[in-house]
Amino acid sequence: MEFLLQPLTLLTFFPLIGVLVILFMNSESKAAIRWVALVTSLITFAISLWVFAQFNSSNPDLQIEAKYPWIQVAGWNIYYYLAVDGLSILLVLLTAFLTPISILSTWTAIEDRVKDFMIFFLLLEVGMTGVFLAQDLFLFYIFWEFTLVPMYFLIGLWGGPRRVYAAIKFFLYTMAGSILMLVAILYLGVKTLTFNIPDMLAVLPGLYSSGEITSATQMLLFIAFAAAFAIKVPMWPLHSWLPDAHVEAPTAGSIILAGVLLKMGTYGFLRFNIQLFPEATVQAAPWIALLATIGIIYGAAVSYAQADVKKLVAYSSVSHLGFVMLGLFALNPEGVAGAILQMVNHGISTGALFLLIGMIYEQTHTRELKVYGGLWKIMPIFGTVMLISSLSSMGLPGLNGFVGEFTILLGAFGSKAIGSAWYAGISAIGVIMAAVYILYMFQKMFLGPLGEITHHHELKDLNWREIITVAPLLVFMFWIGLYPAPFFNILAPAVDKLLSVLVIP
Amino acid sequence: MHLSEAINSGFFFLAPWLVFAPIVGLLINLIFGRQFSEKTVGTVASLASGAAFVVSVLLAYSVSINHGEMMRWRLAEWIHIGQLSLDWTFRIDSLSTTMMLVISGVGTLIHIYAIGYMHEDVRFKNDVGRFRRFFIFLNLFIASMMILVSGDSYLMLFVGWEGVGLCSFLLIGFWYEMDILGRSSWANSDAAKKAFIVNRVGDFGFLIAAFLMFWNFHSLQFDEVFEGVRALSAINSPVTIAITLFLLVGVAGKSAQIPLYIWLPDAMAGPTPVSALIHAATMVTAGVYLVIRSAPIYATAPDAQHVVAMTGAVTALFAATIAVGQYDIKKVLAYSTISQLGFMVAAVGMGAYVAGMFHLITHAFFKALLFLSAGSVILGLERGHHHAEHAAHAHHDEKPKKKAKNNIPSKVEGHEEVSHGHDDHEAEHGEARVESVETFDPGDMRNMGGLRKTMPVTFWLYMIGTVALAGIFPFAGFWSKDEILLDASLHFTTIYWLLTAAAFLTAFYMGRQIWMVFFGEPRHEAAAHAEESPKVMTLPLVVLAVLSVAGGALNLPFEGFHNLGHWLGYTIGEVESLPLDLKVAGISTALALLAILISWFIYGRNPLKVNQPDPLKKPLGPIFKGMESKWMVDEIYQALIITPFTKISYFLADVIDWRFWHDFVHDKVIAGTYNWVSEIGLNRYADQKVIDAFANWLADATQWVSAAMRKVQNGFVRSYALSVMLGVVLILGYLIFK
Repeated sequence: MEFLLQPLTLLTFFPLIGVLVILFMNSESKAAIRWVALVTSLITFAISLWVFAQFNSSNPDLQIEAKYPWIQVAGWNIYYYLAVDGLSILLVLLTAFLTPISILSTWTAIEDRVKDFMIFFLLLEVGMTGVFLAQDLFLFYIFWEFTLVPMYFLIGLWGGPRRVYAAIKFFLYTMAGSILMLVAILYLGVKTLTFNIPDMLAVLPGLYSSGEITSATQMLLFIAFAAAFAIKVPMWPLHSWLPDAHVEAPTAGSIILAGVLLKMGTYGFLRFNIQLFPEATVQAAPWIALLATIGIIYGAAVSYAQADVKKLVAYSSVSHLGFVMLGLFALNPEGVAGAILQMVNHGISTGALFLLIGMIYEQTHTRELKVYGGLWKIMPIFGTVMLISSLSSMGLPGLNGFVGEFTILLGAFGSKAIGSAWYAGISAIGVIMAAVYILYMFQKMFLGPLGEITHHHELKDLNWREIITVAPLLVFMFWIGLYPAPFFNILAPAVDKLLSVLVIP
Repeated sequence: MHLSEAINSGFFFLAPWLVFAPIVGLLINLIFGRQFSEKTVGTVASLASGAAFVVSVLLAYSVSINHGEMMRWRLAEWIHIGQLSLDWTFRIDSLSTTMMLVISGVGTLIHIYAIGYMHEDVRFKNDVGRFRRFFIFLNLFIASMMILVSGDSYLMLFVGWEGVGLCSFLLIGFWYEMDILGRSSWANSDAAKKAFIVNRVGDFGFLIAAFLMFWNFHSLQFDEVFEGVRALSAINSPVTIAITLFLLVGVAGKSAQIPLYIWLPDAMAGPTPVSALIHAATMVTAGVYLVIRSAPIYATAPDAQHVVAMTGAVTALFAATIAVGQYDIKKVLAYSTISQLGFMVAAVGMGAYVAGMFHLITHAFFKALLFLSAGSVILGLERGHHHAEHAAHAHHDEKPKKKAKNNIPSKVEGHEEVSHGHDDHEAEHGEARVESVETFDPGDMRNMGGLRKTMPVTFWLYMIGTVALAGIFPFAGFWSKDEILLDASLHFTTIYWLLTAAAFLTAFYMGRQIWMVFFGEPRHEAAAHAEESPKVMTLPLVVLAVLSVAGGALNLPFEGFHNLGHWLGYTIGEVESLPLDLKVAGISTALALLAILISWFIYGRNPLKVNQPDPLKKPLGPIFKGMESKWMVDEIYQALIITPFTKISYFLADVIDWRFWHDFVHDKVIAGTYNWVSEIGLNRYADQKVIDAFANWLADATQWVSAAMRKVQNGFVRSYALSVMLGVVLILGYLIFK
């Protein structure tokens, strides 16, 4: 029982209790099922705050550990090992924060098989939290793959018209990358005789310096891990699954997909690539920066040409996550901390955009930009909330997106690892282009004369449930924008520690 | 802190209220405004802005009792990561307090004016609920502008910088569902979007400059950057040249200089108080402020200074030529503003910071006066138009109102009671009214004429503004413009002649405007029936008029009267004050008078007739056509940037990303190959029995789950998924019960 009361174990697996309860409920009592799911996710969020209360942000190391030997075969040491540090705590909180919001967003949107939906959703939360907490590569891999399953069904069962195609593509695409990572994980396990990451980090430098693992091998390992993560991010040009998944996914799925699942990719780079393969990381930095820069510009340009608003936001994620990657591989505190904060920011602002698009979609059943127009007049609250979220997404100072984008670009501009200011300089053009596509979207939907759909529908402004759903996101947009100090204070020690082992010429 | 203590040592602790006061006003109107009457909403907003003015006065007082010493007031931590260390710190010195006074002073007057203006505007546009929204935006603007001028670092300045850009966007697009004439259209929202995006281009320059500062001087805080520049002790070093030129890009965006001025004329889509406050008096001068604030950097980069000065001077002349060929009363003023901003930018580029600031202040007075008077003229014409219509439709309705084509019920923001009936009786005649709205443009000077009789107060106010702008002795504009010209004449001959030519054109197009608007005979029914504006509008104008007359006293070119120069000297260092040069002053005054005289010969002696083309059209030929069509600059941008960008975007999205990458590579090549391999390679030769048996067993064992998944037909994914899930359940069970 002591095992179950570990804070992080409780945090990770608490949603399973909700799953169990729902399993035994009558699938017809939809309201009750929704409440159980919501309350479960809210308690999970409370647990995450409890964990956070125990978190010591001045300590750069892993903490609040839950660690048990698990499988000991042939000298391999696999641990059940959960722990958190400054690199992951914000993402853990983000996951616990976005889940209840997503569940609230389904309140009236999901009427079909509510029971199954909520079970999958809570299972998804288990997987995501586990990914951010696992400190054993084997355990990590299990959680990593596990998240695919509920997401696959969320898209495949409750998605749009092409949901099956999108679900399969999502599944296969991400799995293809994961297999390379699995090979690399096994290789590391064989070489280091452990899967426990801190232990591995203790052994690896010796293997590198003795030539047991050559630089070339290190680079191969880096690439194998990067393959899995780059697909998840997604980095250009591996983004082809994203628009399909986003367009077909139900609103809650899109929120979680953009808000958390994509961050698993960037987090993977942060936790594994940079820590495990420092030499290869420094070597690869300019190349990653190049791909990130292309992604920023390409994503922004493609975004502007979309007719479907959800697709527009989906492609904007390619651009935004490009910023995150650029910041991570700036490999200086400004860039990396900015990138981690931007992961959170993107979760909040893009999460809000998907949430809001879902709300209007529920009423109009279309996402074609051209049928909208003049919505602000009819739905003033909705328009205002959308405006703030859009501005947050395009990085308006005073809101969260700016703090992340600015620190990322600042870091990348002077990054020794990237080695040239050109990447950041060109990426800054992405800031202009963000204004182009975001304002285009906002104008086409909310400004101008009334469109086709606004004429023919009796559209209602946000109701209280919807306002309560989106309000927490707005609070964080302003909070991080105006007073990001507490967030940076959490990040700084862990980021400094992470970067201290890198040797940048 | 006790009051007596504050009086002795200063009110610096009030600095955050520069921002908080308008924010409080905004929040009150946002939260409770629905229940408020228009008067209350307007009063709350004006008081909020007025409070910011009081704080500004107290801060200026505090600076002066401290002998001009700069003070900082740290409100909160902001961004501290790596070497980057920034706080929300207010910087109170003579430069920032001067800006604060202008912003909140002129701002408050415009708030008051707007109570009257918007009262009518929302009724003409048939959406009374939007009154409140206007004042919320206006307060937000004051708050942002205060952040801009009071920040102690480039990044805090940037927060205000983009914040005012946002307010500009919101207010240009205030009537987002129509065009300037109230017709259902995308035009206003296009103008708003254009302003934001063009400004973002400028912001890009600003950002790059900030990055360069940070990596060279390891700070973004003003004094630390300046210290770093000083430590370089190099003239025209590549670093400072790059920083100052990238900053210039930002300046060109915000202060509407070549090549980024193109958004400002379109910005006239906003209600007139917005044009006056944001697009004439305050926001657009932010670029000038930025250059003055960065004076220590510019001082080490004379080459860049020269570029700045030339940009300003060329803009001044170029925009003035366009102003000559415009017919819209506000468009003339818009190009005039670009031109006058050119004067300021040229001044600060030459290092004549006091002159630039001086002109910034006087321009705020007389250009706000001109815009607001123009607003009064436009409303006067609207009223006249109504009156005329009303007479024609007298038998219908006693309430005067106008209908835009998209007559949406104005109940959206509450105030149902004011959206007077849309009964069938009215709807019948709606169409006819729409027609007349569409054909009548209350801002077109060709529809005006003879207004001095119907709108005498506005006429005199407009005259004062015009004379001040034209630079006639002893009005405010004379002194400030002269100071710039004098500086130029001493050091930069080319700039002097460019600016002098611009000054000549300024007097000419203002003369043209006066003759066309106020003299001659009415060329439209509306002008004939135009009505004067109420006191709530004209009184603030009187204050501005007094300032336009006497504003020159701030910095007279006589020994002992360089008040502004002395005051700003606290911050930017003592600047040599030039005595009045009678030659320069004489030339500019003579040219201004000559220009007005010429304009009288062309437009005053023989007033324009109805449907008569501009008398300059024939003699000037293609030149006038060029001025009239704004030298086709918008079209050039369209062809060079917007169309290619859109085309590339669509090409990338449709062809590259979708048809090639998504459909061909992924669906055809990758998925196709996979299917082919599994078909040929696995199905035929692999031991199907084993695989099938395993899959069947798995499916049977997990039937309860698969019932929920029947829709998904792919067996491979299903088995894989189930095995992963099953594994996790087993592992968990093992862990829990071991």
